[in-house]
Amino acid sequence: MRLAISIMMALGLLAAGANAKTPYHDGTAEVIKPKDKDHPLGEVVSGYDFRKAMIRDVQDDDFANPAMLVADYGEEQWTKVEGTAGKSMSEVFQGCAEVPLNTVGAVYPRYHSAGGKVMTLEQVINMCRETAMGAKPYKWESREMLGLTAFIKLQSRGSRLEVAIDGPASKTFERGKELYYTRFGQLDMSCAHCHEDNYGNYIRADMLSQGQTNGFPLYRLKWNGVGSVHRRFRGCLENIRAAKPPYGHEDLVALELYTAWRGNGLKVETPAYRN
Amino acid sequence: MKKNLEMREISRRHALGMIVAAGSVVATGMPAFADGAAVASKIKGLTGAKSIGEGSIELDLPEIAENGNAVKVAFSIDSPMTSDNYVKTVHVMADGNPTPDVASFNFTPAMGACSASTRMRLAKTQNIIVLAEMSDGSFKQAQSIVKVTIGGCGG
Amino acid sequence: MTKIKPRVKVPSKAAVGEMLEIKALISHPMHTGRAKDKKGNKIPRKIINKFSASFDGQDVFSANFEPAVSANPYIAFPFKATKSGEFKFTWVEDGGAEFTATKTMTVS
Repeated sequence: MRLAISIMMALGLLAAGANAKTPYHDGTAEVIKPKDKDHPLGEVVSGYDFRKAMIRDVQDDDFANPAMLVADYGEEQWTKVEGTAGKSMSEVFQGCAEVPLNTVGAVYPRYHSAGGKVMTLEQVINMCRETAMGAKPYKWESREMLGLTAFIKLQSRGSRLEVAIDGPASKTFERGKELYYTRFGQLDMSCAHCHEDNYGNYIRADMLSQGQTNGFPLYRLKWNGVGSVHRRFRGCLENIRAAKPPYGHEDLVALELYTAWRGNGLKVETPAYRN
Repeated sequence: MKKNLEMREISRRHALGMIVAAGSVVATGMPAFADGAAVASKIKGLTGAKSIGEGSIELDLPEIAENGNAVKVAFSIDSPMTSDNYVKTVHVMADGNPTPDVASFNFTPAMGACSASTRMRLAKTQNIIVLAEMSDGSFKQAQSIVKVTIGGCGG
Repeated sequence: MTKIKPRVKVPSKAAVGEMLEIKALISHPMHTGRAKDKKGNKIPRKIINKFSASFDGQDVFSANFEPAVSANPYIAFPFKATKSGEFKFTWVEDGGAEFTATKTMTVS
């Protein structure tokens, strides 16, 4: 008990003073009340609102946000004719995605009927390239894939996340939930320890957010570049000294669906800018 | 809502607490910085040991930078920017980086105003010095401390 | 170098005497020469070392960048609109490679 108190005090000491400059602590953040009774959080807040002005100001300006450069590159891939079918992604995407272009950022990942499973946008893009374009698939973290997913999700920017977890997606959702609360690695920690139990507090000098995914793919200062949510998951697993599944692994897909659901109601911010 | 702590969780949280306590030192201010001498010598080289004025320079820097990779640095200098009275060059220096030079900016009266904004890398908490050279050969200077914190995690 | 085009903000229309803020952003890793790759070898320095802006053929503004400038260098600067014309922006990389962007502005 004494240990717990001293830890709380240490956390509290760091939390004082510097907190006041984030919208979450100032009370100016947009706070979403989850509609779902079973939602573990009483309030849903974007990672944007856990950052200081220096970081938020960059995201607010499309001419300062380096993630927009990658989205621009994605736009070039969107209209580029590639593959044996002589088509561009823009011509075939609607048929592949199963939902309108300007909703993709709000509803993915989702159960895909043609694919027969919950799929991320990356997986659908590659399925599209292979089947509809006769083109080679992109590597998950390639600039082409990051650019294209950024560009496509950008078309939903400002609309609210609304991923479906019922029906054929429910098994994947349950798996994602299980993973979120499972302890991993030598540090024996789960996602919840930081992002549910301690959001708004500090870990060393980083303020913890709720770990929402409404801005991915996004630019991280830590990466000096744009990365996918799978990169983020893998990085965190590495930090707690756990084994990392490969990009696109079904467990990462399940975690992506589950964490997206935790953020339902938040505005799509892709391509975001974070610490 | 925080969950009740079990015995097993306390031992892991103890580790977290130790990491957190160690990290608390980072954010506090630091006295003198690594290379005030390099900056002073650079300034002397630029100004020829002329006296440097103050005033007219407004700095826009964060007090605490969450990440040292891309710290906003911006300034605005009050000047009529006419052909016989304008700011020629502004030098930005950081005295705690491996080398002090960050960038320099060259202005012309056609711009109508003197300001600029960019992003810089800071290795640690340090002074940022902005030195402005006027068209009449005089100099002005301003400086400010930026605290740079080290992140905790995040892959 | 990069396959990504720069982003430049220049208003397409402005009023005479209006004070504008011009913004320019380009994709570039800005290798400082200090970082090491996964094998432990130093990544050689390669940065954008100069940015310049000209309007109607006249040099207006320039900046010299050192390795302390962040990756994907961003610059914003003021410009007073007086007449219509074309902006030309040039980024120069260590070694001499140049990247350019142009934008026209109508001033009335």
